Amino acid sequence: MDRLIVSSSPHIKAKDSCSRIMWAVVAALIPTGVAGVFIFGLSALKVITVSVLTALLTEGIIQKLRRKKLTTLDGSALITGILLAYNLSPDVPLWLPAAGAFFAIAIGKQAFGGLGYNIFNPALAGRAFLLASWPTHMTRWSNPRWQVDALTTATPLAILKEKLPQNVPSYWQLLMGERGGCIGEVCILAILAGALFLLCKGYIRWHTPFTFVFTAGLSSWVFMGEGLFKGDWLFFILTGGLFLGAFFMATDYVTTPLTKKGQIIFGIGCGVLTFLIRKFGGYPEGVSYSILIMNAATPIIDRYTKTRKLGLVKH
Amino acid sequence: MLTKKFPGGVHPPAYKHLTRDLPIKSMPSPKKVVIPVLQHTGAPCSPLVKPQEKVKLGQKIAQADKLISSSIHASISGTVSRIEPFNHPVLGRYPAIFIEGDSSGDVEEKPKHLPSRELSADELRKLIQEAGIVGLGGAAFPAHVKLSPPREKPIDTLILNGAECEPYLTCDERLMRESPREILKGLEIIAKIINPQKIFIGIENNKKESIRIIEESVRQMGLRNIKILCLKTKYPQGGEKQLIKAMLNREVPSGGLPFDIGCLVHNVGTALAIYEAVYEGKPLYERIITVAGGAIKRPANLKVRIGALISDIVEFCGGFIEEPQKIIIGGPMMGLAQFSLDVPILKGTSGILFLTEDELNLEEGGPCIRCGRCIEVCPVKIMPAQLALAAEKERWDIARDLDPLDCIECGACSYICPTRRDLVHLIKLAKLATAKTTKQNG
Repeated sequence: MDRLIVSSSPHIKAKDSCSRIMWAVVAALIPTGVAGVFIFGLSALKVITVSVLTALLTEGIIQKLRRKKLTTLDGSALITGILLAYNLSPDVPLWLPAAGAFFAIAIGKQAFGGLGYNIFNPALAGRAFLLASWPTHMTRWSNPRWQVDALTTATPLAILKEKLPQNVPSYWQLLMGERGGCIGEVCILAILAGALFLLCKGYIRWHTPFTFVFTAGLSSWVFMGEGLFKGDWLFFILTGGLFLGAFFMATDYVTTPLTKKGQIIFGIGCGVLTFLIRKFGGYPEGVSYSILIMNAATPIIDRYTKTRKLGLVKH
Repeated sequence: MLTKKFPGGVHPPAYKHLTRDLPIKSMPSPKKVVIPVLQHTGAPCSPLVKPQEKVKLGQKIAQADKLISSSIHASISGTVSRIEPFNHPVLGRYPAIFIEGDSSGDVEEKPKHLPSRELSADELRKLIQEAGIVGLGGAAFPAHVKLSPPREKPIDTLILNGAECEPYLTCDERLMRESPREILKGLEIIAKIINPQKIFIGIENNKKESIRIIEESVRQMGLRNIKILCLKTKYPQGGEKQLIKAMLNREVPSGGLPFDIGCLVHNVGTALAIYEAVYEGKPLYERIITVAGGAIKRPANLKVRIGALISDIVEFCGGFIEEPQKIIIGGPMMGLAQFSLDVPILKGTSGILFLTEDELNLEEGGPCIRCGRCIEVCPVKIMPAQLALAAEKERWDIARDLDPLDCIECGACSYICPTRRDLVHLIKLAKLATAKTTKQNG
């Protein structure tokens, strides 16, 4: 009896571990990826593969250099790799996802101290870096592979914003992903399937995504039309990366608020910012920047949304 | 029946099936007992006996000098062999009275007493104090102190706690099933002392049989003023503050005690001990414990003498079927890991668990991923994640503002944490640092 372990209570732990949750998120992202590859063809698969491999490799090498425990396969770097690829056009040259994934992991995550310490969503940091560095590659889109016209096209939001002489897709086409756009943002149905899985498992909460989508929809209904309350809110929420962002990036644990109240504020902030950027900004799309800005606001949201402790009596 | 619940909490696997159908067995009195002179929350006792002195079962061997303290009695008849520091399950090492049993067997020294209905509240209180009764739910707070609420804070509601929310433990459940009348008579004595307007019994709804038996006894005994409330099975339902929140929707003020809001909570085991003290003149020298865990051959609910060593209990339960990785006094959520088998049972010991590697989770802790689960499950609604981060960086100034002193150390946060962080441990450090600075600042 000389090998008894003595440690602090509690002595039992719940089943859900960090990597179990991360791998569940990976699983939830699969339908979206499958849809992306189906819609845009093998080029999409190549982009995803390069992004994922670079993310894993970068994470491993940096952890080795920092002499930290190797946790490359805990699923978190994998998610970053996948999400970055999902935020890219399927037609980018393959060095682009590599550069983006490297930036996402090396600067976006590890430079801050690794998992748990990063301020910004790594995948979105990577995307922002790419958009600032190679804007032409980042804004060239292709149509679904079965559409015969032109190799390059514009996203529905750009068509609207820049008043391009193209037809905007129907709501049905938007829901199914029959449009130009990023690999993982086009098929709303697949995104929702994955999100539903995570919501049912309790791995993400509804607070941020629902308030995000709701606020974006509401503000577009009020202000995006000709006259008040005439905006096409359904078109507004089905286009761009709103659903991908709301359900998979604004729900990232590390970079969003801790409490439910904070998460609601975060969602509303994202929705309003998305609307403002789309309406008044220089870019047609504003989801990723809205999330990044709210990431920066997270510490202050946390500070002002502390829980009300039990037995707090007013004096 | 409508089930009552509190905010937060977790649902660890109960493991109660291992012992819930095992009737309470009396373990024969051990040849030797080691009785620490501090077994309760409060001041230690001073020994009344000297080495080589003969003592009888039930004889008072250590006297409580202070108000918040509780006298200690011999748990076997025999000779005091020495008085010196020995392993203590909570305090590490502490002075203890060693008694070697003799062949004369247990001769009980019973004080004369009167039936309870002829005793006044003050006399009953005195009797309970003399019997050395403390809260048997775990915290071991002297019972007579709880039964003497300040005059300006009258008790309107008395709650009997039969929640038993810790996994593995079934000793309270067995008590409710085997001695419901005695428990209810104990409850009546408490009611006589403090004279509340309402009396409730709270039992978690995973103990259907206990609820049924207690209900039946209440009916048979014609106790119309007692109401049984069914509680949702959720940890830590048995925590005093959570119990009051769930049953009455009242909140014990931060830093306060239940009597601040007119409540008094006693555990079912304590009610039984009070019954035995008043009706049988029996001081608290034995208690019921649950012996469980994957490593022990014969799990059991045992009536054991205070001061019996874990090693004696292991022997009585048939030894180990595999080597335990951890030995825990109490339940798996709040119990204390022990470093030796030479540790005595105290008045507040509700169980001993011998856990195997399969039952434990020995994964190393990782960084906080800010998932917020600890905040969601925290039953006192503080923010364990941030508190632990501050404690890790020794930023006691930040930690202080996050209310570490409100933490009840239930362990729900550490249990749920996906990166296996030792949140409770870190919060305990923050508590110590905060208590120190509060003291310094007057």
